[in-house]
Amino acid sequence: MNQPIQTADASEGMSYLDTLPRRVVTVFLPLALIMIVLLFPFYWMVLTAIKPDNQLLDMNHYNPFFVVGPTLSHIDQLLFQSHYPRWMWNTFFVAFSATGLSMFASVLAAYAIVRLRFRGADWVGGAIFLAYLVPPSILFIPLASVVVRFGLFNSPLALILTYPTFLIPFSTWLLMGYFKTIPFELEECALMDGASRWQILTGVILPLAVPGLISAGIFSLTLCWNEFIYALTFISSDDNKTAPVALVNAFVDGDVYHWGTLMAGALCGSLPLVILYSFFVEYYVSAMTGAVKE
Amino acid sequence: MGPFLISSSFAGLHMIVLDQHPPKPLRPMAAPGAVARLVAHRDWLGFWFMLPAGLILVALLVYPLGLGVWLSFTNATIGNAGRFIGLGNYTWIFGDETFLHSIVFTLAYTLIASSIKFAVGLYLALLLNKRLPFKALIRSIILIPFVVPTVLSAIAFWWIFDAQFSIISWSLTRLGLIHHNIDFLGNPLLARACVIFANIWRGVPFVAITLLAGLQTVSPSLYEAATIDGATSWQNFRFITYPLLTPIIAVVMTFSVLFTFTDFQLIWVMTRGGPVNATHLMATLSFQRAIVGGSLGEGAAISSSMIPFLLAAILISWFGLQRRKWQQGSGA
Repeated sequence: MNQPIQTADASEGMSYLDTLPRRVVTVFLPLALIMIVLLFPFYWMVLTAIKPDNQLLDMNHYNPFFVVGPTLSHIDQLLFQSHYPRWMWNTFFVAFSATGLSMFASVLAAYAIVRLRFRGADWVGGAIFLAYLVPPSILFIPLASVVVRFGLFNSPLALILTYPTFLIPFSTWLLMGYFKTIPFELEECALMDGASRWQILTGVILPLAVPGLISAGIFSLTLCWNEFIYALTFISSDDNKTAPVALVNAFVDGDVYHWGTLMAGALCGSLPLVILYSFFVEYYVSAMTGAVKE
Repeated sequence: MGPFLISSSFAGLHMIVLDQHPPKPLRPMAAPGAVARLVAHRDWLGFWFMLPAGLILVALLVYPLGLGVWLSFTNATIGNAGRFIGLGNYTWIFGDETFLHSIVFTLAYTLIASSIKFAVGLYLALLLNKRLPFKALIRSIILIPFVVPTVLSAIAFWWIFDAQFSIISWSLTRLGLIHHNIDFLGNPLLARACVIFANIWRGVPFVAITLLAGLQTVSPSLYEAATIDGATSWQNFRFITYPLLTPIIAVVMTFSVLFTFTDFQLIWVMTRGGPVNATHLMATLSFQRAIVGGSLGEGAAISSSMIPFLLAAILISWFGLQRRKWQQGSGA
């Protein structure tokens, strides 16, 4: 992560040697094609969410790629005639609580591993990395029985406590990278001046690691939002479900799928993350690549 | 997580530095009391700092991992702890064709999706590394499929691949290529192809952006020098880009393979393992048997069967990385 990164457009290299037509064929065309494929599902999501039902189901008289007279009725049904706001609130609540909890634990753990250098610190660091590689899909069965035994079944607390199992390893690993880049001379000075380890952590290290904290926090929120299998397994009542899980079974009456409302739900469920992401793209990218590079 | 519990007997030296009251240098140095040692000795301090993370990870990750393996040797069901039945579950599932098919499909899913993700991701990264207008904007847009929750984009794919109202069927019909709507998720072979496509769609941005970060650390002067020496663009890629990118490729692909192999969400939303179990991955099958069907023991046996595959993948990349460290000369 602390490798020198080339300045802005150094990577241009010799591309000025290519002629324009050549660049159109070798660069712009394939790039445009890939971007269309990557973005089409979202276009389709938005379009379906605002398309009146008769146009959705009648593909002979209306060209399905466009919409005539968009409607807000799907969104109205979603927000005012379903439990959707409740599901979104559950998702928010679980995501923020789990992220807060795991950030607290990860900051302490990462600092201890990188800077306290207690015996076996390297060993613990390696174990944390391995913990990140343990996938939820082999943990959900035993975790379900643990959750039931603790009486947490169908409670948001079950999710708040289990999400840190994948958030902590990730955030700790990321923060270890950030803490390593902070010069330890600063810490030595503080120690000489009589600061305790706790004071150093809160007064010296954390202010300097703000970018790392933001990266880890944003990425953790994304991971919580995205989590599916635990929420599907541990929550049974409609009122406590998170938005992604609830949406999969909602708006289906027997054989009739309310595609407009479903797509509106998918759209609204994605928006908070996309907005968050668009404000913090750089942090997001550095979290994504940082966790891999270290 | 034991080693940092061991307290050391030569705590004195650290204490001079760590003690909180500096202006008492003239006193003879007393051995620090037990309390001071618990608060300030670095091994103990490390223990306290590790405690919150350690507790959560041991109680909810390490313990369940063991419990899962134990459950796989029992006939537990939901609401019944069950008793030890040895290899009963394993002999049963390894005689079960659905399970054997799910192993084959999981391997195929991982292999096909990962290699295409790698190829397209690398290609996209190379494109993005060229001189482009609005580079930052394009890069942010490309990441969106990765940001949007998988389930929600899977719902969108579900709709795109709908049997009656699929936009793909509609377009192909209008182009005169087909005469009947294609039942994408109803035909076993097509359903497999569709879920693999959705997985690739979702994974390409991650691979591309991470590889791009690696590409940006490669100095352009290397390409200039090579070109002056007469290297073609393929040789530039083969002998400069690829070797310098190998370490990051190894890490990205390890993650990609692990997460693809243990995938659950996409399949569960798009097909629930159907039609006729054609798209069951090991993860979805274990959910089907353990939670939907209620036989925890059998489900645990299925999910525990993933462990050897995961270990193999981790070991392969681990030894790959060891070699890389040695090549870079950064010691053991």
